[in-house]
Amino acid sequence: MAKALAKEYELGKDFSVGLWSENPIFRQILGMCPTLAVTTSVINGFSMGMATLFVLFMASTTVAAIKKLVPYQVRLAGYVVIIASYVTIADLYLKGSFPAISKALGPYVPLIVVNCLILARSESFAAHHPMHRSMADAAGMGIGFAWGLVLLGGIRELFGNGSLIDYKIFGANYEPMVIMILPAGAFITLGIVLGLINQFSGKEKMVKETSCH
Amino acid sequence: MDKNYVRMVMVLGIIGAIVALALANVYKITDPLIQKNRKQTIKEAIKEVLPEAKTYKHKTVKEIDVYIGLDDTGKKIGYAFKSEGPGYQGTISVMAGANKELTKLTGIYVMEQIETPGLGARISEDDFQKSFRKLNIEDIIEYVKNKEPSKDNEIKSITGATISSRSVVDNLNKTIDVLRKALKNG
Repeated sequence: MAKALAKEYELGKDFSVGLWSENPIFRQILGMCPTLAVTTSVINGFSMGMATLFVLFMASTTVAAIKKLVPYQVRLAGYVVIIASYVTIADLYLKGSFPAISKALGPYVPLIVVNCLILARSESFAAHHPMHRSMADAAGMGIGFAWGLVLLGGIRELFGNGSLIDYKIFGANYEPMVIMILPAGAFITLGIVLGLINQFSGKEKMVKETSCH
Repeated sequence: MDKNYVRMVMVLGIIGAIVALALANVYKITDPLIQKNRKQTIKEAIKEVLPEAKTYKHKTVKEIDVYIGLDDTGKKIGYAFKSEGPGYQGTISVMAGANKELTKLTGIYVMEQIETPGLGARISEDDFQKSFRKLNIEDIIEYVKNKEPSKDNEIKSITGATISSRSVVDNLNKTIDVLRKALKNG
């Protein structure tokens, strides 16, 4: 019983670290290319997040399943092929079923292949942990990545276009801050959000750390 | 050492084979959908720029995709044609409609563009697209900045996105020119 509880706790922790304490965007600063490029609106951020979540989850699961069969020397080559195939599946599916979203995301869906978040989780987690824990980790990381993209997309869409999910918030008289939608706006938004998060959560850590002395 | 080498090759080979098989199957399922979407986009674009056409015939004239619009009785009422060319950041692909004499535009529809969001990308907005309706194309199309067009062959460029607006106009002028010459010669 105690053992089962401990296991559950372990799984829950694997899942939850990706959401906040080791969030890929705000903590690990991984996968910056899509983070900066496609977060011009909530919908784009969400779609990118979901595509990445799918690839990350499937790739981590597969890697965890076959990790013992793959010789150490060729593991990265194997992982990249697996990741690339899931990315291609996601890309084809989006093109076939959601052409508008696929068009908006442009080349960034195929570029999930080189999103370091996915290879990093495969290499640093899935390759050393059992399958169920890898799945929990990938789900947490993927959802953590997705909410980060949605948050950034929301801020940029709100100020850059005066709308949220295409619904006009500020009314017709609002003059959009175009820079927020331009690439520079991505850096500004990410910088401010990162700063705020560090400001509010970093302090506790610092206090804890200094109190150890 | 030797044994390990063989195993490496085998494992990568097997992964590759499985992946190839899976991808081939996914492609087989999604390809018809993708093709359908592409046709659907073209169909919608033609309907937008040549609303009076009931059916159309596809023809390629000097590498331009031309759709000859026909009414109920099969009479030719105009052309829809694809005008593609460089924009500010990438290719802009526009479907344009014109009457059968090629003297007036009936409309344009931006099918693909990757211009700057909020600036150049506004060429996809209705206001800009509508301004091409009934435009006189006997001469070349011109654009004016920051004022309302005064002639019937002028459009107003989008503020802050002159390059994107100009690209659409330039591409259209080029395509119309090629098309007119080609159609005149039969």
